[in-house]
Amino acid sequence: MTTGSLSYVGPVLRARGLEKHYGHGGGAVRALQAVDLEVATGETVAVMGPSGCGKSTLLHLLGGLEQPSAGEVWLAGTRIDGLGEKALAQLRRHALGFVFQAFHLMDELTAVENVELPALLAGRPPRTARLRAEELLDQVGLIERSQHLPSALSGGERQRVAIARALSNDPSVVLADEPTGNLDSAATRDVLRLLDRLRVAGQTLVVITHDARIAATADRLVSMRDGAFVEETRLTHGTTGPLGALAGLEH
Amino acid sequence: MPQIAGAPEQQPSPGYQLRVVQEVLLALLAGEASHGYQLRARLQVALGPLAEVLNPGHVYVTLTRLEKAGLVRAERVGQADRPDRKVYELTADGLDRVDEWLRDTSWPKPAPAEFHMKLVAAAAAGLGDPVRIVDAQRHALLAGLAQAQRTALAEPEGSVAGLLLEGVVLRLQADLRWLEACAQYWTSMKGKMR
Repeated sequence: MTTGSLSYVGPVLRARGLEKHYGHGGGAVRALQAVDLEVATGETVAVMGPSGCGKSTLLHLLGGLEQPSAGEVWLAGTRIDGLGEKALAQLRRHALGFVFQAFHLMDELTAVENVELPALLAGRPPRTARLRAEELLDQVGLIERSQHLPSALSGGERQRVAIARALSNDPSVVLADEPTGNLDSAATRDVLRLLDRLRVAGQTLVVITHDARIAATADRLVSMRDGAFVEETRLTHGTTGPLGALAGLEH
Repeated sequence: MPQIAGAPEQQPSPGYQLRVVQEVLLALLAGEASHGYQLRARLQVALGPLAEVLNPGHVYVTLTRLEKAGLVRAERVGQADRPDRKVYELTADGLDRVDEWLRDTSWPKPAPAEFHMKLVAAAAAGLGDPVRIVDAQRHALLAGLAQAQRTALAEPEGSVAGLLLEGVVLRLQADLRWLEACAQYWTSMKGKMR
């Protein structure tokens, strides 16, 4: 990763003219078409859209998990599309946190070991990594579960461990792909409380979701159809607004 | 917005009011005779943050109307250091009205028919893409959901007003699910019309 990111001001994540095509010729699928996105430091953005609209592809490109067919991705002032695999792995380890629908925890590691793993891989001293992991588990309300294996945790608890793990390296951006896709409504509620706290704490976050309540935790909402953005709304206005009318009060 | 399709604004007035404010005040008086300010305080507890948007003068105006209609009786109570206060008490007619209201099962709701017709008409006349209209409506409801949810999260555990906010959230979720079905239908129609 090239340096200079520390002094960088401006959108922490920026995509310009992003395109992604799969296949060739007449059978080619255009998964993403001319997508522009800027995410400010401390901003949370939700991306919604029907299956196959390209939202997962977008997240993969933003996280350097796939290469775009055209366009640019900038993370904290560094252009990351076109970086080599080694540089990308380094970048993901230091600047990004990922949360997936299927949790992707290591089954043979305890909760606290899962959370500290990214910090250890990034070369943090074990003691520092452990203390930070415990602090994060405390923040997600699971400190008393720190010695449990994932198999002993509920789905909601596993996802909260996965979110703590994503925060382990104090990433510039957290990317979450359907974080409540495998969860029941009570566990979804826990995750949405956690996402709301992250927003208040100023964690930069891009979350892809089908769940309206999860999307409603974001500062900004973007809807996608057929590989393009079709609608964008800021969700954090003042505290007054339509709430009275929504509750059945009248003017 | 009062209706899912965004009904035109009614005549502006300062603040919101309960649709059935007369019945609500009568029902609150059914338990015990109260001052106007006590009624306002009880509304504030029940509605929590939503009480902030209520027009505070409306309670007193309504009480005067109820008195004229013979549904409440007012008694002046002297106070040593302040002007007299009125204590309101329910009459027999007022109690009948409360009973009627409690038994009434009409359910004020945003009717989907208006929005549905908007989509049908837009598609038939080629005035706009129904899917885009759905997207815009969905974002408007999601903005409302965001506000209701944040307000609910800020309520303390076990707050009675939190229960009201949960009702707002659940209804918006149901509306959003229906909009999802609208988007799917009109997307599939687009494919067929090509």
